[in-house]
Amino acid sequence: MEKSNFNILIVGVGGQGVLLASEILSTVAMNAGLDVKKSEVHGMSQRGGVVSTHIKIAPKVYSPTIHQGQVDVLLSFEQAEALRAVNWLKKDGVVITSTTTLVPSIVTSTKGMNYPENAVELIKDRVERVIALEADKIAGELGNPRLVNTILLGVMSNYLPFEKKAWLETLKAKVKAKFVDINLKAFETGREIKLSTVDA
Amino acid sequence: MKELLSGNEAVARGVLEAGVKLAVGYPGTPSTEILETVADRYPSVYAQWSPNEKVAFEVGIGASMGGARALVTMKHVGLNVAADPFMTFAYTGVNGGFVFVSADDPEMHSSQNEQDNRFFAKFAQVPFLEPSDSQESKDMLLKAYEISEKFDTPVMLHMTTRISHSKGVVELGEPVKLEENRFKKDPTKYVMIPANARGRHKVLMTRLEELKKFSEETELNVVENNGSKTGIITGGVAYQYAKEAAPDFDYFKIGFGFPLPLKKIGEFIKKHETVLVVEELEPYYEEQIKAAGFKVEGKKYFGNLGELSPYRVALGMKEAGVIDEVAMPVYEPEKLFPRPPVLCPGCPHRGVFMALRKLRVAVTGDIGCYTLGVLQPLNALDSCICMGASIGSAIGMERVQGSDKGVVAVIGDSTFFHSGITGILDAVYNKSNVTTIILDNRATAMTGGQEHPGTGHTLMGEEVPQVDVGKLVESLGVRNVRHLDPYDYEKTLEVIKEEIEKPGPSVIITNRPCVLMPRRIMDEPYVIDLEACTGCSLCFRISCPAISASSEKNKRGNPKAVIDQTLCTGCTLCAQICPEEAIILKSQFVKA
Ligand SMILES: Cc1ncc(C[n+]2csc(CCOP(=O)(O)OP(=O)(O)O)c2C)c(N)n1
Repeated sequence: MEKSNFNILIVGVGGQGVLLASEILSTVAMNAGLDVKKSEVHGMSQRGGVVSTHIKIAPKVYSPTIHQGQVDVLLSFEQAEALRAVNWLKKDGVVITSTTTLVPSIVTSTKGMNYPENAVELIKDRVERVIALEADKIAGELGNPRLVNTILLGVMSNYLPFEKKAWLETLKAKVKAKFVDINLKAFETGREIKLSTVDA
Repeated sequence: MKELLSGNEAVARGVLEAGVKLAVGYPGTPSTEILETVADRYPSVYAQWSPNEKVAFEVGIGASMGGARALVTMKHVGLNVAADPFMTFAYTGVNGGFVFVSADDPEMHSSQNEQDNRFFAKFAQVPFLEPSDSQESKDMLLKAYEISEKFDTPVMLHMTTRISHSKGVVELGEPVKLEENRFKKDPTKYVMIPANARGRHKVLMTRLEELKKFSEETELNVVENNGSKTGIITGGVAYQYAKEAAPDFDYFKIGFGFPLPLKKIGEFIKKHETVLVVEELEPYYEEQIKAAGFKVEGKKYFGNLGELSPYRVALGMKEAGVIDEVAMPVYEPEKLFPRPPVLCPGCPHRGVFMALRKLRVAVTGDIGCYTLGVLQPLNALDSCICMGASIGSAIGMERVQGSDKGVVAVIGDSTFFHSGITGILDAVYNKSNVTTIILDNRATAMTGGQEHPGTGHTLMGEEVPQVDVGKLVESLGVRNVRHLDPYDYEKTLEVIKEEIEKPGPSVIITNRPCVLMPRRIMDEPYVIDLEACTGCSLCFRISCPAISASSEKNKRGNPKAVIDQTLCTGCTLCAQICPEEAIILKSQFVKA
């Protein structure tokens, strides 16, 4: 039987667009006829704090939040935040993280507090399946820094059971008309990035 | 038709379907999006922000007395503010159906406490409904109006952060048709002078008996039989967590939480070897079930701090001996730096806190974005209790300590309108020497930038006159009223210092708008001249997210600064405090 239960945790820093990415994923899943719940925390955390969204997809979903240690895909917009959240991942789960580095001012202004220089390495020490990509740089090359979202969705789409067409259609529906083409391109670019390609 | 809706959006949809005529509230996480969604998607419903929850509740009462269905929304602590009308409205009862949402915040994701408002419903002897997902949020709102009208009582819809802010699939319905209804004069019902109130207290008791019967019968309280020896009594989002941990147990799912169906619960308990009560925060169900003489356990295994989760509930069930295995996390987290929320780049509150930190005065704080002034490295706020508390507590502290050191209250504009005006009145009336700084950013920023009496717009987008804060406090009798540009650091220091030293109450009003609202403000950004920068770290200490450590180091190995060009708003504060003039406008740097 094909697996139909998926737990996805998306993390990042307030203002990075974490909430939009989760919206698109949930819609794709709902349109595929599955039950979906997603849970996020607004408010305080949006002011530059850690933001996280839980998305649960299954024939029938109960809890809107994920059982700690049961995440199939951890998608992170910032590398230290991916490291912070690895304990949510399950044994054979995948980490997809942008190598974006956001050092908060509490670190620069507090003696002895550091931002890890090798966050991705620290994740790889623990987890086997890790995709780290320079999503900011790729977005820049595509011409718009805001495309990070869509690129990451493209990468993630390889690890979820939905057809490419479904993703593209939802993107078309959710993105402003004049940004559709560039977003589709960003998605395709992300979709080319897989475990096999980054490890090579 | 099906849609993916958050609990809050589902309630808003319910407002349309229930034929609600007036929806009112005051913003507060996690309740805020209910009214925003009503105003945005269902403009046929009249919706408004009131200055605070008490007024909002009273506006709702009036609408109900006037014969319409009314909705009032607030976060849990909002009910403390609205408690006065609430407790007595429980006596009078309604005309048109009256439902209010109390959105509680277990875990305090964005709150100053995690009080469990189910007790508030019991305190007022008012029924509450407890949805466990988005679909139920809508369905139960509709049901709540029927109950309100049938039993002549206000009804509370009890939501929590994970209900309000989780999205799920919702089947939409059509709006109901309601009969015309108007105010009917009835002083024995609505005028709560003692003679009438005594009569209404009796009515309340009779109503309670009827509600008890209803609770035993209603389908809002559901039994799910799977033939297990263990039974779980639960409600709200805790039901979902428990179902995930143990889908095959028998469940007593409570949807109608006051008064409890104790007979039906008793029958359920008798059929099971072990019965656990799974509920978030306080042992609200558990206490009542135990008091009725039944043997159950709950808090012993699940705790009453913070929010529950599927993992926590599973661990509790294991400890109680009803399940054998719990899937445990496999990967160790790394011990990392914290990432607390911070004031935005260009936030007009920053300059005031830089000055207050320098002046080393006691600063009583209030609730809003500016509460973030407490965090390192600004470290310039000494208290935060509830909305409006800054002024009263400054007055008390100044009275017992004397004013030589100065006590300063800081309060946001929305908070000032909510409950700061009476504090200023007290300062004038009782001749206090406190200095109050009103951080007037023309927005309720913390909760996402809602309109308020000072912004010039209503929730439905109508243009209205802006309240003039300066004139208002003058008319209350404040002689020392100063206006201040918080982007001018030297002036900010000077003005605050002068006002602290003056006898009598002073009010300082800042004049820069929130950088995010209504439109993101972006002036020309600043850059660091790395040749001039000495790595002194002074600019790091203003806690601006646009400023971070660059890879260049000074002689002592400390990093020089760099400014993120997409984040810098050009507020100039860092440039003003840089002793080396190393922070300069981008255009000037290119020329040089
Ligand atoms: C009684 C109560 N109602 C609502 C809230 C939610 N809340 C927290 S701060 C705030 C208003 C903040 O606006 P303002 O005072 O203008 O400060 P700003 O965030 O704009 O700096 C609100 C509505 C609360 N904490 N308590």
